[in-house]
Amino acid sequence: MTAVELGMPTVASDPHGHLRGTESFPRAAHRALADTQLRRNLGHATRTIRAKRAAVVGEVDDWEELRRAGESLKADTMARLPELLVQLEEQVTGRGGTVHWARDAEEANRIVVDLVRGTGADEVVKVKSMATQETGLNEALEAAGVAAFETDLAELIVQLSHDRPSHFLVPAIHRNRAEIREIFLREMPGVDPSLTDEPRRLAMAARAHLRRKFLTARVGISGVNFAVAETGTLSVVESEGNGRMCLTLPDTLITVMGVEKVVPTWRDLEVFLQLLPRSSTGERMNPYTSTWTGVTPGDGPQTFHLVLLDNGRSNVLASPDGRQALHCIRCSACLNVCPVYERTGGHAYGSIYPGPIGAVLSPQLTGISGPDDVNASLPYASSLCGACFDACPVRIDIPHLLVQQRAAAVAAHTRPTGQDLTMQAAAIAMTTPGRFKLAEKALGLGRVLAGRKGRITGLPWPMSGWTNARDLPAPPAETFRQWWERTHS
Amino acid sequence: MNAREEVLARLRTARDAGNPATPVVVTRDFATTGRLDPGSAAVLERLDETLTDYKATVHRVASEAEIAGAVVGVLGEARSIVVPAGLPGDWLRGYAGQVRTDGPPLAVDELDAVDAVVTGAAVAIADTGTFVLASAASDQGRRAITLVPDHHVCVIRAADVVCSVPEAIARLDPSSPLTFVSGPSATSDIELDRVEGVHGPRRLDVVLVGPG
Ligand code: SF4
Repeated sequence: MTAVELGMPTVASDPHGHLRGTESFPRAAHRALADTQLRRNLGHATRTIRAKRAAVVGEVDDWEELRRAGESLKADTMARLPELLVQLEEQVTGRGGTVHWARDAEEANRIVVDLVRGTGADEVVKVKSMATQETGLNEALEAAGVAAFETDLAELIVQLSHDRPSHFLVPAIHRNRAEIREIFLREMPGVDPSLTDEPRRLAMAARAHLRRKFLTARVGISGVNFAVAETGTLSVVESEGNGRMCLTLPDTLITVMGVEKVVPTWRDLEVFLQLLPRSSTGERMNPYTSTWTGVTPGDGPQTFHLVLLDNGRSNVLASPDGRQALHCIRCSACLNVCPVYERTGGHAYGSIYPGPIGAVLSPQLTGISGPDDVNASLPYASSLCGACFDACPVRIDIPHLLVQQRAAAVAAHTRPTGQDLTMQAAAIAMTTPGRFKLAEKALGLGRVLAGRKGRITGLPWPMSGWTNARDLPAPPAETFRQWWERTHS
Repeated sequence: MNAREEVLARLRTARDAGNPATPVVVTRDFATTGRLDPGSAAVLERLDETLTDYKATVHRVASEAEIAGAVVGVLGEARSIVVPAGLPGDWLRGYAGQVRTDGPPLAVDELDAVDAVVTGAAVAIADTGTFVLASAASDQGRRAITLVPDHHVCVIRAADVVCSVPEAIARLDPSSPLTFVSGPSATSDIELDRVEGVHGPRRLDVVLVGPG
């Protein structure tokens, strides 16, 4: 297979930002699995959302047709991506906005920091955006002396607790109401000490905490859900009204979007505004969706900047199959149905893109540098059960991409891994019965390694690649062939 | 190469390398007209249900003449309200509180000081319990006036009610800002349950005008 087929980088793109953790998935997952509170919280939250999603998807007679439309619209977008971006740029510029292009996370951050500095503001309000989490914008702003206030409730919880997001939609999905109450009591200045853990009271506390900030903010920073090339219209889909606050009240708005967020026409929103809310929060429609086009005199920010971010996306686009990962509308449905995600949570994936889609997107964005690259372990974070494909509103064939990325991970190795060698050995052994018999003898050695637990938990290299990800059951004392020979000869 | 040229060059190379052998055909086999006729009693009934389901309070009136009674009723004790410059004067007949018209535009703190806002709507979607505010429409106004006050009263006429999302999108002009509203502000961020009342208006009343 060629590099292109495997979604490996074909053009120089050196993505930066939070796309890679510091340890492999199996290691991180081992720790997460031991955290019973985390598993309870995730189990409860994902069960709730799965039931809600199923109910509202069931109401829509033409759901499958909508999914197919979403899939084909995204495929069409990828086939015309550069042209659509140029069209978007023309439209936004024509309507009084300014468009910036960023090769990678650092460049995007530099652009935003300079723009904020140019306004003289020393704080900004932010509506949750995966793109700016990916680039690590908050850290860059902080380093430049600008305080960034996350305003989405879950994002606020993450920020106040100095934590990391673990889900697209609800970055604090790993926290339950009692933990959220404690975080607020500890970290929120001026919070009412009699705060209970009733969700409504917690939401009110967030409202009180952010109200002044919204009403006085001079600069807002947002991401985007859909950007319409035809009209230059951008849209943000949200619930709380914090998005509306950030998009409407400041004088200056800076929006950062991954290049894949563009859609060809306004009409295409008839598909995506049906698919997204039902798949993501399990609602017929989310409370608020805002759309705006450039600058509107007398309404909202009078200065508007749009930053278009590559940061590895061109790597992904080069793969005929792998580019499907760019179709993702970040609804989180595949996370919520994934048996692996439900048990490990989002942090185990390292990258800010967790779950099944993260497992195929992150390694493609970063490329895999070699056997020690932690992102090489992500495509193995799946049992290939297929639930993610069934849930995906734009029909991304995640199981297929997982298999393909496993192949890419193997191909990226400069020296063969244990699994490669094992597979090669198996291929050789299975070609002749004599060799197969010899191989079976070697299995006896496995029983020695397994010891009394009956599990092999760690093999020396080259076999370690395998046992890093799973315990190996000890081989049987006698194989089928050995048993047959003993009893039938 | 500057960033723009470089990103576009990368994307062109990658796009060509990854393009499928056969051109993409966009399919739109889903329903583009709704199950219920626009403006019909049935579509209003469904809108009433879906709005109510997401915690808006719906007040049904049969004719234009009854709008004022319903609006004034839901405003109740509100001492002051803001309205967009083009709101029909009739709708507030009998309201005793202070009416501030947003033209010239009020400052944010002034908006924060009023008790409620009254507007019309551009279109409403029965399938989803949504109405859309168009900033260019004189009875809806700029976005801030429906955002800062804590209570929103929205008047929706039967002629503006459609069944499905595609019908609504077809009626809307995106060149000025639009806000799709489905219930009062809410969050699903605590254990993924929906709770109402965060940053947007916490109270939402809809006066629905038409047969039913
Ligand atoms: S891959 Fe599909 S299901 Fe998963 S978040 Fe993206 S759009 Fe949703």
